[in-house]
Amino acid sequence: MSELSVDHLLGIKYLNKRDIDLIFETADQFKEVINRPIKKVPSLRDITIANLFFENSTRTKLSFELAEKRLSADVINFSASQSSVKKGETLVDTVKNILSMKVDMLVMRHPNPGAGVFLSKHVDARIINAGDGAHEHPTQALLDSYSIRERLGEVKGKNVVIVGDILHSRVALSNIYALQLQGANVKVCGPRTLIPKYIEALDVQVETNLKKALQWCDVANMLRVQNERMDITYFPSTREYTQQFGINKDLLESLNKEIVIMHPGPINRGVEITSDVADSKQAIILDQVENGVAIRMAVIYLLASKIKQ
Amino acid sequence: MSQKVLLNSKEVNIILHRLACQLIENHDNFEETVLVGIQPRGKFLANRLATLLREEYKIKNIQLGHLDITFFRDDFRRGAKPLEANTTEIDFIVEDKNVVFIDDVLYTGRSIRSALTAIQSFGRPKNIELLTLVDRRFSRHLPIQPTYKGRQVDAIDEQRVKVNWIENAGEDVVYLVDK
Repeated sequence: MSELSVDHLLGIKYLNKRDIDLIFETADQFKEVINRPIKKVPSLRDITIANLFFENSTRTKLSFELAEKRLSADVINFSASQSSVKKGETLVDTVKNILSMKVDMLVMRHPNPGAGVFLSKHVDARIINAGDGAHEHPTQALLDSYSIRERLGEVKGKNVVIVGDILHSRVALSNIYALQLQGANVKVCGPRTLIPKYIEALDVQVETNLKKALQWCDVANMLRVQNERMDITYFPSTREYTQQFGINKDLLESLNKEIVIMHPGPINRGVEITSDVADSKQAIILDQVENGVAIRMAVIYLLASKIKQ
Repeated sequence: MSQKVLLNSKEVNIILHRLACQLIENHDNFEETVLVGIQPRGKFLANRLATLLREEYKIKNIQLGHLDITFFRDDFRRGAKPLEANTTEIDFIVEDKNVVFIDDVLYTGRSIRSALTAIQSFGRPKNIELLTLVDRRFSRHLPIQPTYKGRQVDAIDEQRVKVNWIENAGEDVVYLVDK
């Protein structure tokens, strides 16, 4: 049956392999659509979607908004900085007010882990998690896997290393779940202080030597150091971080193979990745952004198809 | 469930040749014409006609594409089953071209309505014609009629027209099935 097993996209943890396959197959069709002279389809013309961003975002918000508009949905945007949240309104009250304006679907980014799951128990609308604290960012993981599939043919059996600030990263956790569901091998690499304790329980290996990790992998997903989430100092200096965990041309050329470089953005050029690598042919960073729109169209379309008239 | 044969393999073959000749009559060397099969089932008929035109009637410039209408349908969220998308393969622009839609069965006309919207994503055609193997009369929901038709049948809503091709079922045959 070509239907998702879930009513909301709260995290990759709640999906199965068949769901991911269905999302990818649907995204293939939408990728073709967004490359047409006229990039729009009328499927969701009677659906209204609210984008609730309780935390800042540029590309995710734009990508979702574009995906919604390409599907002809009506879109309303909300950002916490200009709202009654500042006046003390609770999350459930805010959302119930929005839903009483006949909104069918919510895309939400929130600083608190589990905000989407909490909301799904209190309101009657489809919910897509666009990032909840350091927990999950499912559409990012889906578009990352989709981009690997596009570049390397399949995800199964591939060695993927996620490099950087794993501790504060929602991208890392969602990627680990998504990659493992599809049969890839996952390692994480970064300073010990930025790798969560007990991460081995997720069947993930830890490597603290970047060169060894790169030698092992087919794909390296470079993450940004999330300074804004750091309450204490996790490493001595940015310069030292770059020396040990930054990727540069020399390092790539010293490997005896060509690996694929990914980055979910925003990039800190010269910190975790140098410009010559970020702009090289090995990097699929901009493909990831393009695929993001197709993946989000697929997720929205598949969830909307479960809203009965 | 009983079924009766509407067209056997020989009849399908004769009809295909007739339809090919009618297309040639109107489109000459096909320089300004593109054939567009409507996914999923029109693809087989479109491929067959294109092959026939190229091989039997020696027409070189056949441009063939396949159009998926899933995202343009008017019954999204209205049916029991989710709509499954197929591939669109159109690697040309239809601006100012004569477009021939090709589908196996014309029933309510709603698929063709969707196709008329979908094709606009690829430009503004000069005109659009419709070719269908089986035309179910008196069952239209919309004012849409075929330009070329293989066979006209009268069938009630409880019946279904099933078209099998060598490519997907091992033989060319058209059945009328009681549901």
